[in-house]
Amino acid sequence: MKIPTIKGYRRENGRVGIRNHVIILPVDDISNAACEAVANNIKGTLALPHAYGRLQFGEDLDLFFRTMIGTGANPNVAAVVVIGIEPGWTQRIVDGIAKTGKPVAGFSIERFGDITTIANASRKALEYVQWASELERTTCKFSELYISVKCGESDTTTGLSSCPTVGNVIDKSIAMGGTASFGETSELTGGEHIVRAKAANEKVAQQFDAIFKDYQDMIMKEKTDDLSESQPTKGNIRGGLTTIEEKALGNIEKLGKKTKFVGCLKPAEAPSKKGFWFMDTSSAAAEAVTLWAASGAVVHLFPTGQGNIIGNPIEPVIKISGNPLTCSTMGEHIDHNVSAILRGEMTVDEAGDELIEMIIRTANGRLTAAEALGHREFVLTKLYRSA
Amino acid sequence: MIEFLMHVEQDTVGVAVVDIKAGTHASGRTLHGDAKPKVKALMDIPLGHKIAMRDFKPGDTVIKYGEDIGKVVAPIKKGEHVHVHNVKTKRW
Repeated sequence: MKIPTIKGYRRENGRVGIRNHVIILPVDDISNAACEAVANNIKGTLALPHAYGRLQFGEDLDLFFRTMIGTGANPNVAAVVVIGIEPGWTQRIVDGIAKTGKPVAGFSIERFGDITTIANASRKALEYVQWASELERTTCKFSELYISVKCGESDTTTGLSSCPTVGNVIDKSIAMGGTASFGETSELTGGEHIVRAKAANEKVAQQFDAIFKDYQDMIMKEKTDDLSESQPTKGNIRGGLTTIEEKALGNIEKLGKKTKFVGCLKPAEAPSKKGFWFMDTSSAAAEAVTLWAASGAVVHLFPTGQGNIIGNPIEPVIKISGNPLTCSTMGEHIDHNVSAILRGEMTVDEAGDELIEMIIRTANGRLTAAEALGHREFVLTKLYRSA
Repeated sequence: MIEFLMHVEQDTVGVAVVDIKAGTHASGRTLHGDAKPKVKALMDIPLGHKIAMRDFKPGDTVIKYGEDIGKVVAPIKKGEHVHVHNVKTKRW
């Protein structure tokens, strides 16, 4: 098989990125203001404000650090300025990101105040952004791109067209020796037997069973009705999806026809080897894509029916839709229109080849619709209340 | 012209790929396999919504993708709209 090439950024640890961000990363909610001030001072940098980082504990705290360190470590990021209220957790994130070998510096606000911190961090951000702006793209293999997949505002057209198109790309890219990940634990309900049969071996299947059961137990414990309008969403229902089972079976089309998954990942956990991986995520788009970006994914394939408009600050999100109404009424959000499949004028295999071309163009620098429209949803997953 | 698609021939519902008007003798095909199903729409079926390919009574299972997608909770005639008013999840 001939493996296409792309022009990417090869990072210090050998990983391949397709964007060259210098990010200003707050450790906690109260450091957002300083980060946004630095990003305003130094053009070409990007602040990632978020809502958490204080008094978290246990598994929820582990996930928080994994997400923050993973975001900074992502190969689409050239360098990182970290700002936190105090030096301890700030340094923990700096040290985690530094393992990649990329430039990273931390600043803490207590005993300096916002104004001095912003000045010091801005000088470092200026140094980083000028350095990063001279990095050059080099020829890399398509199979070096870690791809994440998740659909949103699905309808019946996603199961017929855009999700099978992504599944076709998964089959082709994993056959090339690539790495990819799917998730959406609750949104496999009704098709979990199909997913289980795609596990590479019984051990992986049992890991999947345990993660799936945990999520079901949480839903059964917290639910007050049959979740209709939440999962499936009100938008899913408007688009013609009736039950979670129907939605899940469309979702699962993204897993391809031939590909087996080689392991299960915790939220935001990086794959330890090549291949296709299941990650335990919610199905809320911004939360899930943030977790994949933190696991190191550099490009996301996002089928949509009714028109979910999500983007991510770290990994470009490529939108694929086969719904002709969505493609005509909100076409500015759609990168790859596969509605010809519904008319019987295009095969899924042809749509998959075209999507690979779009991934290559995106990797080479084409801005996705979500990037051009400024969608940078950075949303942390929280497992339970803070202490 | 195709008015609806089914995933596989065993499916008991089709998906409108255009807005289907009541009274239309709609032509479909299956995504997998080469069946050419037909059904007369008894109601308007909006793009993306499901049309019954047989009669159902409460308690019946609806099949799509060749799989169980939920239980019927109100009688449905062949050609009628299948959605949240007459089908519910079996899971939650």
